[in-house]
Amino acid sequence: MNDAAITARIQAVFPDVQPATTPNAQPRLCVPAATLPALARFLLDQPDLAFTSLMDLTGYDLAKYPSTPPSDAIRVVYLLHSLCHLHKLALWVDAPRASPVVPSVAGIWPAAIYFEREVFDLLGVRFDGHPSLHRILCPDDWIGHPLRKDYVYPAEYLGVAHLREGQHFESGPVRG
Amino acid sequence: MTIEALTPAGELMKLSMGPQHPATHGVLRIVVECDGEVVTNCTPDHGYLHRSIEKIGECIEWPLFVPYTDRVDYVCAMNANLAYCLAVEKLLATDPANRVVIPRRAECIRVLVAELNRISSHLVAVGSMAMDVGAYTPFLHGIAQREVVNDIFERLCGQRLTYNYVTIGGVAFDLHESAPAEITRFLDEFERAMVKLNKLVTTNAIFRERCAGVAPVTADEAIAWGLVGPNLRGSGVDWDLRRDEPYGLYGELGVRVPVGDRFAGRRGVRGDCYDRYVVRLLEMQESVRLCRETLKLLPPAAKEKADPIGGHQFDVSKLLRKPPKGEVHCRTEAPRGEMGYFLVSDGTKVPYRVRVRTGSFSAAGIFHRVMRGAFLADVVAIIGSFDVVVPEIDR
Repeated sequence: MNDAAITARIQAVFPDVQPATTPNAQPRLCVPAATLPALARFLLDQPDLAFTSLMDLTGYDLAKYPSTPPSDAIRVVYLLHSLCHLHKLALWVDAPRASPVVPSVAGIWPAAIYFEREVFDLLGVRFDGHPSLHRILCPDDWIGHPLRKDYVYPAEYLGVAHLREGQHFESGPVRG
Repeated sequence: MTIEALTPAGELMKLSMGPQHPATHGVLRIVVECDGEVVTNCTPDHGYLHRSIEKIGECIEWPLFVPYTDRVDYVCAMNANLAYCLAVEKLLATDPANRVVIPRRAECIRVLVAELNRISSHLVAVGSMAMDVGAYTPFLHGIAQREVVNDIFERLCGQRLTYNYVTIGGVAFDLHESAPAEITRFLDEFERAMVKLNKLVTTNAIFRERCAGVAPVTADEAIAWGLVGPNLRGSGVDWDLRRDEPYGLYGELGVRVPVGDRFAGRRGVRGDCYDRYVVRLLEMQESVRLCRETLKLLPPAAKEKADPIGGHQFDVSKLLRKPPKGEVHCRTEAPRGEMGYFLVSDGTKVPYRVRVRTGSFSAAGIFHRVMRGAFLADVVAIIGSFDVVVPEIDR
C-alpha cells in the first residue's frame, strides 16, 4: 500500500488520527496518545497492514523548534515497517512537556521495551504500562533528562565536580 | 531450553558479570541470577560507556558530527561514517535544489571501505565469539587479517580505527595508487585464511556442539524484538538493506544474502548461536565478492587535481549552513545490522536532533529473554553470538 492508502485505511477506523503537515512533505500521522494502543494493535494485526517491525522509537523536544504556533510538547516518533508488504509508516504522538505520558507499546512490539526506556531516560516521557520503566543510559540517580532543550548541565555528580573553577557549560549550539 | 523446570527450586545466587569481565565485550555489566547452573533471570546494566553522543550532535554543526559517528561503533567506523553521511545527504535531497551528487569513484570507494570494514568487524566478532567459548587461537588469526585491513585504511586516511573518512558528499581522500592491488592481495590472502579459520573453528566438533541449539531465536521473535543484521538473518529472516533498500552502489552489485538454516545439523535449531556465527562467515565471503566486483567498476582516478573525490566539499558545507527543515530517517546495513539515523533539522547549521538506532542496542534488549533457562557457561557464548559492541549500546 502507498502512504495515501494506508492513511485512508487508518482514518476509516480511527477518525481522530490526522496526517500532519511536515516541512519537507514527508508523510506523518499525528496520533492522540489515548488512541495509540488500539491503533498499534490494529497496525500489527490487520493482515493488509502487518507492521511487524518497529524500526525505531525515539523522540524530540519541540520547545525550541520553529513552528507556528510554537508547540510545548515532546514528540514521540514511531517508525514502522512491514517486512511482508514492504511499506512504512511514521507516527507522531505529542505529549505535553509538563507531564508527558504516552501509553506503552511494549506489549505489541517488544523491541519498544528498550526504546521506551531510552526515551524515558533522555526525554522524560513516561510510558504507561511499560514492564520496567527506569533509566537505561544515565545512572538511576541522575537529575533531569539530557535531551530536553531546557536541560541544565549539572555542576557535579556525587560530589565530583564536572568543571574546573571558572569554567562553565554553554547550553545549546556552539557559536563560531 | 526448559531445563528450568527440571531443576529443583533452590537458593538463587546473584552474580554480577562485568563491567570489567573480559567476555562482556567492553564495559557491559550483566546481573545474572542462577539456580545452580541455570540462569533464572538476567538484567543487563548499561550506560558505563554513555558519552551522550546524541546530545553532542545537537551542539555542533552538521559536518562536525562525522568524527563522533566513528565513536558510535569503532569496530566498523567506516560503516558508521557512511550511515550518518547518507542520512545527511538524504536530508539535503528533500529539497531537490540541494541534491548532492556523489562522484562515481567516491561511490565505489565507499562500497570498498564499507565492505572491507565489514570483513574486519566480522573477524573480530567470530574471533571473539570463539575466544568466549574457550578457543583463543582463532581470535589471533582474525586479528592478524584485520591488521591488513587496518594497514590499507591507514594508508588511505591515516587512521587505523576511527577513520573520519566518509564525508558528506563523498570521501575525504582518493584511493592511493597501489590500493586496488593491496586490496586484491588482501582478498586472496583472506580467502586462504578463511579456509584455515573454518578448519579451526567452524567445522570443529567441540565448537559446533557448544553452540548448537543454544539460545535459539525464532524468525517472528527476531522481528518483534527488533533484531537486525546478522542476528536477524541468523534466525532465517531473508532481509538485508543492501539488497532490499539499496543505497549507493549496492543496487548495481546485487548482494546475495545468507540466512540461518540450522547449520549445526541434527543438534542445531534455526536461529541458534551457531547459525548467527555461520551467517557472519558467509557474509564475509559475500563481502569479498562485492569488493572484487567494485574494483572492476572503479573508474580511473581523475587526472586533474581540481576534481578529487570530495571536490565539491566546499559546496556541501555551504548547503549545510542552511539545510532544509524537517526530519529524515535513513537506515543502512552496518556489520551489526541496521544503523538508522533519524535527523531533525530546524533549518540551521546545527542539527536539532540526531538519533542513531544501532543493532547492538536491540540485541541487548533480547538478552534477558534468551538467557533465561540457559546455562551460566552459555551466557558468554550468547553475548558473543549476538556480537554486541558496547559503545553502540551506550552511545
